[in-house]
Amino acid sequence: MTALSLENVSAGYHGRRALSAVTAEFAAGRVAGLIGPNGAGKTTLLRVVLGLLKTEQGEVRVLGQPLTAWPRAGLARSIAYLPQTAEANWPILARNLVALGRMPHRAPLAPLSPSDSEAVEEALARCDAAQFAARRMDELSAGERARVLLARALATQAPILLVDEPAAHLDPAHQLRLMELLRAEAARGVAVIVTLHDLALASRFCDELVVLKSGEVVAQGPADKALSDATLAQAFGITAQRAGSGGERAALVAWRRL
Amino acid sequence: MDSLASANPNPLKRNTSRATVFPVSHAAWTTAALAAVALVFATISFFIGPAHLGAGDLIGGLFSSHGMASIIAREIRLPRALLALVVGAALGSSGAALQGLFRNPLAEPGVTGVTSSAGFGAIIAMYFGFAALSPALLPAFAIAGALASASILYLLSRAGAGVMALVLTGVAIASLATALTALALSLAPNPYAMSEMVMWMMGSLKDRTLSDLAFAAPLAAIGILILSTAARGLDALVLGEEVAHSLGINIHSVRRRVVVGVALATGAATAAAGAVSFVGLVVPHLLRPFYGYEPARLIWPSALGGAALVSAADIAVRLIAPDGQLLLGVLTAMLGAPFFIWLILRMRREP
Repeated sequence: MTALSLENVSAGYHGRRALSAVTAEFAAGRVAGLIGPNGAGKTTLLRVVLGLLKTEQGEVRVLGQPLTAWPRAGLARSIAYLPQTAEANWPILARNLVALGRMPHRAPLAPLSPSDSEAVEEALARCDAAQFAARRMDELSAGERARVLLARALATQAPILLVDEPAAHLDPAHQLRLMELLRAEAARGVAVIVTLHDLALASRFCDELVVLKSGEVVAQGPADKALSDATLAQAFGITAQRAGSGGERAALVAWRRL
Repeated sequence: MDSLASANPNPLKRNTSRATVFPVSHAAWTTAALAAVALVFATISFFIGPAHLGAGDLIGGLFSSHGMASIIAREIRLPRALLALVVGAALGSSGAALQGLFRNPLAEPGVTGVTSSAGFGAIIAMYFGFAALSPALLPAFAIAGALASASILYLLSRAGAGVMALVLTGVAIASLATALTALALSLAPNPYAMSEMVMWMMGSLKDRTLSDLAFAAPLAAIGILILSTAARGLDALVLGEEVAHSLGINIHSVRRRVVVGVALATGAATAAAGAVSFVGLVVPHLLRPFYGYEPARLIWPSALGGAALVSAADIAVRLIAPDGQLLLGVLTAMLGAPFFIWLILRMRREP
């Protein structure tokens, strides 16, 4: 089932085009990777889907309905977003931060309902963050904070999850764990859309990839097809080495500039 | 217990009426204590003053309508004690809301120039005859001044200016407003204007009347209420503007509410007491740990804490200098400015 689709979408900042005629579909239960060099339009695409940036042309459909037809709260329940530089501005308790993810489900001034509390605890448990849920954000390590922040996005229980460059500041073990968590979300039926710079993570963990360059889609599909040598040369200007490990997806390692 | 449980028609629904995971009891006690402290200070404030009257005379004066004790109790002590609460509540909650909006502990009506702009508005009303036309014009001008400077900050933050840029702009606005205040006072037709200038620039609760209170209290209350409607948005802003948006928060509406609420509360407070700084800086900062650092929960406690602090400071200025040489705003600045510097140094140390 298509959870999110973009049809011929163009958008930009102050007259500068950042996305040109992008068409893409994102299905429920799959992890889709948005990749491309810096400035390719990955974050812009997420901003358009969130309604933070207006489209100049084309249409975005969320769960079959045009983005512009969604009421604010309904959209907030449908799309959860974890930004690239996710941080807490005040050192609130980890559990209370995760509870912010329930805001779209709560009326103003309403306390957390039992189902809210359940969603919070479940998200904490899924991210393996329950053991430090009672601690303040500034008492946690970077990896622990990343898990709490992801738990916040999961607590919304939205059918679409947008994650912007989650691996950037994490050590390899935390990167793998985070990608596994995203895969687990997809296994639960969520459409996961994640921007990644790391081609190895992208090729190993994503069901399909959308390769962007200068705001245009240059390739789309499963990693082995989307990341052909020709696409790597065109989009990134690099060659890559492929490392297969019996039965699993081949991982791709950026190797040399062209 | 068993009989109670079995009497429950739906045992699965037991214990679900309250959120058990988020304790609020400590915070509730802190809030109650703040309210009690504010009331105690207001009561002490009522009994302090240059006229040597016993507590019995003052209380009697409060309930009688003639005699010296009645005039002092009803028209001097009571307005002063109550205005201290109103001014403190307005400034404390404004500080909490601005800090939540800008996600920075340095934001405050005084530091951001809102207070001095309100003071400038009040002075125009006071010394150029507008307040004589209608006493409502004094708070109206002060609120207009506050709104003007808060709107500049709003526009800057909408254009994506960083917090330091906002604070520095606030410093510039404060200097400009102070300079314009001095200019307005030297041009004012009123010969006493210059001598009252310091009171406006530094703030004081001396010689306030019931009429000042009657204007300030409702306007400040409306301002604080508007601020409290922004609370949910301020909580979402803990995660940044984009995430707050993705959580269904209208960021522009949150900004507008904070700007209007701060302008009303700070404008009303400044029209009554002149420019009192740093209350909105110190109070939310001290209370924040007691409320789990959550901006929404901090607004009402900051109002109570501000009321307590301004009442205490107004008692202190009268005890230190019974003849009124020490102005309220001088004391808050002497305590608040070093606190501000300490905050900046501490923020520089943190990554």
